[in-house]
Amino acid sequence: MLKQLLANEYFIPLFIGFGFGVLTRVLLLRTDYRQYPTSPHGKIIHLSLGIIASSLGAVAVPALLKENYTAITFLTVAAQQFRDVRKMERDTLTEVDKHELVPRGGSYIEGIAMAFEGRNYLVIFVAFVTTFATVLFAWWGGLIAGIVTMGIGLKYKSGKTLGHIVDIVPAEVKMDEYNLSVGDIYIMNVGSEDAQEQIRKHGMGFILVPKNQNAKVTIANLGQRQAILHDTATMLGVYRDEGEPSLVPMAKRDLRTGRIGLFLLPLTRDVSKAEQVIVHVPLLEYASRIPKEAPINQTAPSNDQ
Amino acid sequence: MDPKIMAVITTQKERVAGGAPIFIMPNHEEMQRTAFTLEKVLDGMVHQVTPDILIIVRHH
Repeated sequence: MLKQLLANEYFIPLFIGFGFGVLTRVLLLRTDYRQYPTSPHGKIIHLSLGIIASSLGAVAVPALLKENYTAITFLTVAAQQFRDVRKMERDTLTEVDKHELVPRGGSYIEGIAMAFEGRNYLVIFVAFVTTFATVLFAWWGGLIAGIVTMGIGLKYKSGKTLGHIVDIVPAEVKMDEYNLSVGDIYIMNVGSEDAQEQIRKHGMGFILVPKNQNAKVTIANLGQRQAILHDTATMLGVYRDEGEPSLVPMAKRDLRTGRIGLFLLPLTRDVSKAEQVIVHVPLLEYASRIPKEAPINQTAPSNDQ
Repeated sequence: MDPKIMAVITTQKERVAGGAPIFIMPNHEEMQRTAFTLEKVLDGMVHQVTPDILIIVRHH
């Protein structure tokens, strides 16, 4: 049996390509502080899909070389399959988001769902290139191609973080009678004296100062702001409960300068830790804007503050 | 859901009127205590309009 397998000219290329594909998916599948994908069942689902993606990528090479061009169309079926993965993730996360004290928000969910789809395509890419390189050269060619493509995959697995586009300045939480503000940015009207007391005790404030015009537009996005609130609540805990509508973390914008006032209610009151958390909040793909790149902004005089 | 005024709590009866239930309290402390209770019961946030008028608003 083994002899028969080894006699197949494509056995080694397929084996190496498939192996690297699966390995890429394993390396890309990290459960971090976001507790997503949920261990262990979420991981099993995504590993299985990774195995399917990997075998599709690997098998495409012999199909091409044997001039079986129609067989390549199954890649479109794969694309459809992985779009369904994205839909599944979106539906699940939207459903569980209703039960979060500080929800992720639609943009964050969309970003996570897109990452799951995208990573399967990365796996197909790694498996395809590796198998092809093994066929062209030998096992060592596949090994080099596998390592290089896997490196590319890992490099592009995550985007920028908030620290790249804003400066984070700790600011005082001020309760001026019933008006709550962070630094000079107005947050909300708190009428209950009990809530005012809690906010004085547990509130923490930061001001996000955009580094440029692009950053100004990006952090103005409500989805991006919700992502910041969700991540800080996940990492530092949150001093709130259902039925406590006055105790709610919030991010408000200073219209004049585009800065964001961040009002948090963490359980762990550690300013430097909170700062680190905010720096590492992912920059959502759906929130990112680059108005500075537009031709109209190349010539106009800059009025950056 | 649009924000909705669930209740009005005041110490000055003559200054409020309208569709939402109005709670008239004798003093500031009573007003705050009622606002606290209603906030939890109605799941709405207490906002101060003037020092004598509080409203409970449900934002979500």
